[in-house]
Amino acid sequence: MTDSDILVEVRDLKVHFPIKRGVLFDRTVGHVKAVDGVSLSIGRGRTYGLVGESGCGKSTLGRALLQLTPPTTGEVSFDGVELTTLPPGKLRAMRKRMQMIFQDPMSSLDPRQNVESILTEGLQTHGIGGNRDERRKIIAETLDKVGLPRWALSRYPHEFSGGQRQRIGIARALVLGPELIVADEPVSALDVSIQAQVINLLDELQDNLGLTYLVIAHDLAVVRHISDTVGVMYLGGLVEEAPSDRLYREPLHPYTRALMSAVPVPDPDVEDRRERILLAGDLPSPANPPSGCRFHTRCPWAQPTRCADERPALREVGGSRVACHYAEQIAGGELRPHKVQVEIVRPEGEGEKPGVVSAPTEPGSFV
Amino acid sequence: MTIISGKKREKIDRLAELAAREEERGVSLWQDAFRRLRRNPAAIVGAVILTIFVLVAIVGPFFVPYGPTDTMGIREGVVRVGQGLIPGHSAEHWLGYDHQGRDVFSRMIVGARQTLLVGVVATLIGLAVGVLIGGVAGAAAGLGGRLGRWVDTTLMRIIDMLLAMPGLLLAVSIAALLGPSLTTVMIAVGLVSVPVFARLLRGSMIGQSNSDYVLAATSLGVRKSKIALAHVLPNSIAPVIVQATLTLATAIIEAAALSYLGLGNPDSAVPEWGVMLADAQPWLGIRPALAIYPAVGIIITALGFTLLGEAMREALDPKLRK
Amino acid sequence: MALLEVDDLSVTFARRGQRAVRAVDGVSFSVDAGEVVGLVGESGCGKSVTSLAIMGLLPKQPGLRVGGRAVFDGTDLLQLDDRSRRDIRGRDIAMIFQDPLSSLNPVLPIGLQVTEVLTRHRGMKGDAAAKEAARLLDRVGIPDPKRRLKEYPHQLSGGMRQRALIAMAVACQPRLLIADEPTTALDVTIQAQILELLKDLVRDSGTALVMITHDLGVVAGMCDSINVLYGGRVVETARRRPLFREPRHPYTVGLLGSVPRLDAGRGERLNPIPGSVRDLLPWPDGCAFAPRCSRRVDACVGEPPQLVLAHDGRSYRCVNPAPVPAPREEEKR
Repeated sequence: MTDSDILVEVRDLKVHFPIKRGVLFDRTVGHVKAVDGVSLSIGRGRTYGLVGESGCGKSTLGRALLQLTPPTTGEVSFDGVELTTLPPGKLRAMRKRMQMIFQDPMSSLDPRQNVESILTEGLQTHGIGGNRDERRKIIAETLDKVGLPRWALSRYPHEFSGGQRQRIGIARALVLGPELIVADEPVSALDVSIQAQVINLLDELQDNLGLTYLVIAHDLAVVRHISDTVGVMYLGGLVEEAPSDRLYREPLHPYTRALMSAVPVPDPDVEDRRERILLAGDLPSPANPPSGCRFHTRCPWAQPTRCADERPALREVGGSRVACHYAEQIAGGELRPHKVQVEIVRPEGEGEKPGVVSAPTEPGSFV
Repeated sequence: MTIISGKKREKIDRLAELAAREEERGVSLWQDAFRRLRRNPAAIVGAVILTIFVLVAIVGPFFVPYGPTDTMGIREGVVRVGQGLIPGHSAEHWLGYDHQGRDVFSRMIVGARQTLLVGVVATLIGLAVGVLIGGVAGAAAGLGGRLGRWVDTTLMRIIDMLLAMPGLLLAVSIAALLGPSLTTVMIAVGLVSVPVFARLLRGSMIGQSNSDYVLAATSLGVRKSKIALAHVLPNSIAPVIVQATLTLATAIIEAAALSYLGLGNPDSAVPEWGVMLADAQPWLGIRPALAIYPAVGIIITALGFTLLGEAMREALDPKLRK
Repeated sequence: MALLEVDDLSVTFARRGQRAVRAVDGVSFSVDAGEVVGLVGESGCGKSVTSLAIMGLLPKQPGLRVGGRAVFDGTDLLQLDDRSRRDIRGRDIAMIFQDPLSSLNPVLPIGLQVTEVLTRHRGMKGDAAAKEAARLLDRVGIPDPKRRLKEYPHQLSGGMRQRALIAMAVACQPRLLIADEPTTALDVTIQAQILELLKDLVRDSGTALVMITHDLGVVAGMCDSINVLYGGRVVETARRRPLFREPRHPYTVGLLGSVPRLDAGRGERLNPIPGSVRDLLPWPDGCAFAPRCSRRVDACVGEPPQLVLAHDGRSYRCVNPAPVPAPREEEKR
């Protein structure tokens, strides 16, 4: 790939969220390292799939790439323009070239806007289409592209089914004529039969409009289906990046192997035959990630000291990039998996301590 | 394989067509809420009470049989307070006379207008100030970054101070500052409800600011000020409107309480239900009805606003929508 | 004889001023002892309502009507009074839900919640109950069980909570376990752990399992027989391999065509089912899938499709089923 073919380049991106505690004054007691040093590049007209489990930082990475969440450090260049240092006005103007599709089509649409108003907002913001008729024409074309009927224009999001709502979300992104679309879990909130419609739609749009996608999902089958290149994330870092087919044929990182073997395949013959790599325990907290290789606490191939001491860098191994000290030995069968002791992991932030009830606001009263 | 009869096919076609015709215009959330409001019996009862009240308040004073300040009972010698004589209802005077020989029915009708005025103006004062402070604080906290959080904290501390002061004390100090009058009552009652509106709107706006559609608007490149006004505020205002309806009820009661304490209009010639209640106090032993009429008026009106308010809360609650 | 025999189960919700909704419409299936049976379908297909109706857990509200029979070991569960139903629940039939956090009491330690089950159904007390509770937690793979007993649900991760819930469910060695989307809220690697655990439990204890899920991959890996639901009806019933190898109902065919498979090549287009479940039905009696069906014929909209019984315990509700594909040679991997 030459430089001009690369649309997006992310270099050593880090997003750290401060954890604040304190009775009177908030003190920063630590950081959640949601994204911790990720570098990747996406070719023009290609699809990069980002896969990982909840809490691995894939959504944060997508938002930081679009500058919706300010990155802590690192660089994001879009078509040669560095986004992290762009002044707010210029960044807003850039936004029409890069758009986003959200997971929950209901919550990502303003319930008080009808479809026409949803689609017009972006056009007005960027001054696309001089007058009302022109804008109407653009909107009508966009509706056709995503397969929504004309009567949708006067209707409100709550009147549509999940699949149609997601089409509205796609239309909103598409109406500005973007080059890059970041799709964050675009199908995971949809029913199985609707998922396929949306996946096919995304495929078609890419073929017809030459779009570049960053697809973020937890479902490896979906990501692999839609992507040219797949990046696997674990606890804020990329552990493996490979062309889609190669990743399936030859997963190199132990985590990729485990993930691959955990995805159920709707075929009894395959299900009965395949080997399972069951990972022990849960994902460690990103506020307090393990030292060295982030995965060594759950890795069945972990080796003494080196895995716990030294964080492996992404390195080229036969066409893939993998962050594992022993990738070749594991692939060659020199290292055998062993049993892993389960460590208990405390959930962060979900489920407050019981018994704390905040006082309700009562209307002020004289009497 | 069976072939469906022509009649059945016709029926199916018609049904399908019907289903398609329904698709013509969209139903906004407000329209949807209104539809559900109409189906709620409590809302109907509340609305009927309020319609009657408002009609009486607006039109009633033009049709009262006697002047509300006309002390005809004294003049005609029918009312002799010294002898404990305050006649009750009769054919000419439906609710009888008060202690100054005025017609109670006429005073109730004219008083309705004053009471409504106090309630509405007081609530509007509270709503306006509360929405302004809460809106700025909510937008600043939700979208404004570090500076925004500072603005929000400052505004909210002011609200906390307002909340910490007992309502009565606040009203008395305002009355001391402005002198007792109807305006004083309205301002005092309004100011006391400011913190409720402000905190409600702020909390609601902060919640909405974290939603995906705000992120979506940001990613479209829409300015923050426009996002706050066009997206966050309209989606946060529903609970405030419900609260305003409920506040109307308490405002009327509170205004009556302030008038009762003598902070209201010192000229009791202009009837107001709270003032009438206060005036009736010395004569409770002779004619308790003088206190009961305005009290019942206040209670029924407050009930009407409360019923409607609660029904609106239900209708606007997105969780209860199917 | 079957352990659980559900026969013509129907659940209707009627609301004032609205047309009654048939959430479940004549669902029949059976579960043999030790068998794993899947109920598969998308949201709104009635799979969860079916399980709640069998357990008598539907919220009591005016307008709710439950018809048909659900015979468990000779007793019709639908005819039982609340008390005897409660006795059966937990002791003979246990249930696992999708969201482990809301199924556990947040203000009680895990240990207390497990021992409560043991006390109620097995009459165990004090040390014996605590010991048994620790054994159960250990059995479901919770590390350091003695200490976990004193902890609260919010201190455990989602996967561990689901394990705790499974421990409570199997505490009385029930003969039937109903799992309603037990892994939907969990990550894939954790899902794999939980599924493996469930398989293990079923194998070791001979408990029958009803697995309710939307994920065809999950049923492919563990169910002996599968019921596919659509619009409140069972549209196809088959053993695992025949169902996936030669689906007959167009909906089953469509579902299998819509799922991106991990082992398929990049760029193979999916064959989605058009439309959505919410599509309005102008024909209340006919096949609910007809509006989205590519094999629709006139007869589909007239009357409810009859159950067609085929060989080896297979049945489907379709007047124009997909043809049986020509027998394949050993399929390529």
